[in-house]
Amino acid sequence: MATVNPTLIATVVVGSGGASSINFTSIPQTYTDLKLVASIRTTRTGSTQDAVALSINSGSTSEILLQTDGSSASSNTQGGYFGYVDTSSNTANTFGNLEIYFPNYTNTTTYKSFSVDGVEENNATQSYIMLTSGLYSSTSAITSITINGSGGNYVQYSTAYLYGIKNS
Amino acid sequence: MSSAATYMPIATTTLGSNTASVTFNSFSGYTDLIIVINGRTTRANDSDAVQIIFNSDNSNSYSFTLLYGDGSSAGAGQASNTSSHTLGRLIGTSSTTQPSMLIGQIMNYSNTTTYKTILGRSANQITNNYGVYANVGLYRSTSAITSMTLTPAVGPNFVTGSTFTLYGILAA
Repeated sequence: MATVNPTLIATVVVGSGGASSINFTSIPQTYTDLKLVASIRTTRTGSTQDAVALSINSGSTSEILLQTDGSSASSNTQGGYFGYVDTSSNTANTFGNLEIYFPNYTNTTTYKSFSVDGVEENNATQSYIMLTSGLYSSTSAITSITINGSGGNYVQYSTAYLYGIKNS
Repeated sequence: MSSAATYMPIATTTLGSNTASVTFNSFSGYTDLIIVINGRTTRANDSDAVQIIFNSDNSNSYSFTLLYGDGSSAGAGQASNTSSHTLGRLIGTSSTTQPSMLIGQIMNYSNTTTYKTILGRSANQITNNYGVYANVGLYRSTSAITSMTLTPAVGPNFVTGSTFTLYGILAA
């Protein structure tokens, strides 16, 4: 049977009560790479962006961000925060979208490198494109991934999908 | 999720020793190609550009435009009439535990009517040196791409344990 790529491993759809985090646990160790695709909006008020943080195996990550807000581009380093999503202060019904790629997540020899492509478009003068380089400084295989918000809970209809990709 | 096989693994290699180049040359029957690299090069104390040529063509048929972030500032660049395309940047030997990653996409690679467009995206954690890197490239040839060769710009090698995987994307 031909390899089916990508294979959906797990889905999170935030319900009417909202959620403070999105968690994937017991990630099967049978794929080569992982792809996580998320569409998120938070309850934060007073700001048109909310940083989202990544935790792997309950451990921290480090990031370099490249971003533009529609008027200029900048780059900075972060400890855990890998992108921004829409908030309750943004245009209604707009969500920030993120795609994270983890190659060789089961290897136990090297640290884990990952990339993030993100957008936060909301038909306003300030929107964001984010490209992120990330590192999980552990040789442990990735078995769990958590996305945490910094300024508010995730609203209903926020979604996250975790896919597995095999190289053979 | 559809069970249709649309993202097919074509070939993969894990380097058993330091290696100067990696070539893929059997990938017919797809619409687009994706290459995923996870590894390092032997360049000391820096990141290293990963260069790609198609069909053994190292004439000046490549051009690219890039965007990068180094942790403190953002920048952009462009090059025309180059002898290879810079697909992205991997970390060198400044760390033996940190890998880096690169994903390249080659669209409509088998068509014999138009030039070929390539997207590159790489990630490493060397600050002040292209930690985040994205680019678009052009290969000015109407020939179908039947082979590709990857080399580090400085290297001179990709390090042991680096992985290279080529996927084919089938049109719906």
